[in-house]
Amino acid sequence: MIEQPIMTRIIDIQEESPKVKTLFFEYKIHCKPGQFIMVWLPLLDEKPFTLAYIQKNLLGISVLKKGTFTNALHNLKTGDMIGIRGPYGNGFHVQHPINSCVIGGGIGMASLATVAERLPGVTIIQGTRTATEIIYQKRFHKMKLCTEDGTLGFKGTTVDLLKEELKKQHFQKIYTCGPEIMLYKIVKVCEMHGIECEVSLERYIKCGFGICGQCDCSGQRICIDGPVFCIKKLQTMEDFGKTTLLKTGERVAINNKIH
Amino acid sequence: MSKITLAINLCNIQLGNPVILASGILGVTKALLKRVSENGAGAVTIKSISKEPREGHKNPTVITFEAGMLNAVGYSNSGVEKALEEFTNLQDVGVPVIASVIGTQKEDFVYVVERLSHTKFSAIEIPLSCPHTPGFGLLAGQGTPQATFGITSEVRKVTKLPLFIKLSPNIPEICTVAKAAEDAGADAITAVNSMGPGMIINIEARRPVLDFKVGGVTGDALRPIAIRCVYDLYKTVKIPIIGVGGISTGRHAIEMMMAGASAIGIGTGVYYRGIDIFKKIREEMVSWMQENGFDDINKIIGAAND
Repeated sequence: MIEQPIMTRIIDIQEESPKVKTLFFEYKIHCKPGQFIMVWLPLLDEKPFTLAYIQKNLLGISVLKKGTFTNALHNLKTGDMIGIRGPYGNGFHVQHPINSCVIGGGIGMASLATVAERLPGVTIIQGTRTATEIIYQKRFHKMKLCTEDGTLGFKGTTVDLLKEELKKQHFQKIYTCGPEIMLYKIVKVCEMHGIECEVSLERYIKCGFGICGQCDCSGQRICIDGPVFCIKKLQTMEDFGKTTLLKTGERVAINNKIH
Repeated sequence: MSKITLAINLCNIQLGNPVILASGILGVTKALLKRVSENGAGAVTIKSISKEPREGHKNPTVITFEAGMLNAVGYSNSGVEKALEEFTNLQDVGVPVIASVIGTQKEDFVYVVERLSHTKFSAIEIPLSCPHTPGFGLLAGQGTPQATFGITSEVRKVTKLPLFIKLSPNIPEICTVAKAAEDAGADAITAVNSMGPGMIINIEARRPVLDFKVGGVTGDALRPIAIRCVYDLYKTVKIPIIGVGGISTGRHAIEMMMAGASAIGIGTGVYYRGIDIFKKIREEMVSWMQENGFDDINKIIGAAND
């Protein structure tokens, strides 16, 4: 495989929330849930996006409006072109039939949507800061929602809601993606309850194919060894939940990360 | 198998084998250096550090093509102070760690090298040859014999660590530049850096793919050039040469050493064959030596030059 962007046309755009749009485009390469692609806008930048929709020959990325690049993506129209390379990473190992739970925090839900689609009857927990940030409400009718400000669903975090849920049922496996502090706490809950867990981590990604080292987390390259790690591997990764690297490579505490 | 030795002595650094992780690949954190060491490298080189932090170029910074890789990362690094925090207790890495130092002017090199003087780095590499970062390497005129002599001799004054000067394959007078580095007190020559710059255009987008538009060429396309440079340098300088450029198999490594390299660097090869390429190359070198009646890798160095 040659690691260069292939240009593809946007064939549909869908609004998921006031700040999240999904861009759909054709891409005839096999992709797995949890994998990501690099999206290129010529003369601007290139950034990683998880595959939020994997349909026959059709992919979708859900873009949260955050900065210059995501703003530019939000301004694209049907028929406009973007460059795509990938898919990269190892993705989730979707197991069934077992009682499992998918937990998405914020835009992290985008990475889990394709997992949820492959697991009929799965419990889906989605949490955001406020009601307007919830995505995929039409896509998944039975989600258990929580917001930190209590404007929709359970008032509290996904971790709080998971703990509540565990009083009612036992999960054999949890798939999760979201802010790393949340992931860290969920892993702790899983350890306590003996639940198998797969976590998708985020780091600043440059090459996407395991050569530059920029996305390191304790010697693991998020782009090629991850982004999905199982609980056993996470237990060997000291940086998980604690430190991340900035664009320069400077190591910073996760809660001090500059967005 | 046990009779064959790959151990070398490079400027008084003992290496279990001559396969070194080249600068710019994976060397952002100590954890990755350790992982490379566990995967069989004889030594590892960190990603180049400058006095101040640098974000580097925007993405895409690294892409590949049929015969190699094109990159313009732009020397992103956390700056020397933060790098010193990252690269502590280097003995944990398990093999010698080489620092790579960049600067826009002589004083920067001296400053950074001085800051490294009390660390556990085994050597310092100075790339005076980068083709894609304004202010550094070729784009700052650091690859001329005069500039090479100037920078090398100034750095020489502030460190006792072995000093490797990394040269560009572009310049016709690579031997003259290498001689200047040797005369200024370099302990080894690293040959070569990426060539070019080159460019790849996406024809649908009608734009160059790299954000910086041009980038250094590495991988298979570079290997014959690198081999020739090392072959020529072997006749010119007395100090050891670390051969880098397009090596991804044991046969390539033997070829580079026969050209005159005392050790070899692996960069793009990690893309072709994975992070355990170091182990693979080592095993392939041993097999080749067994099949061809060599018991000591040192006997191969420069063998193609007679």
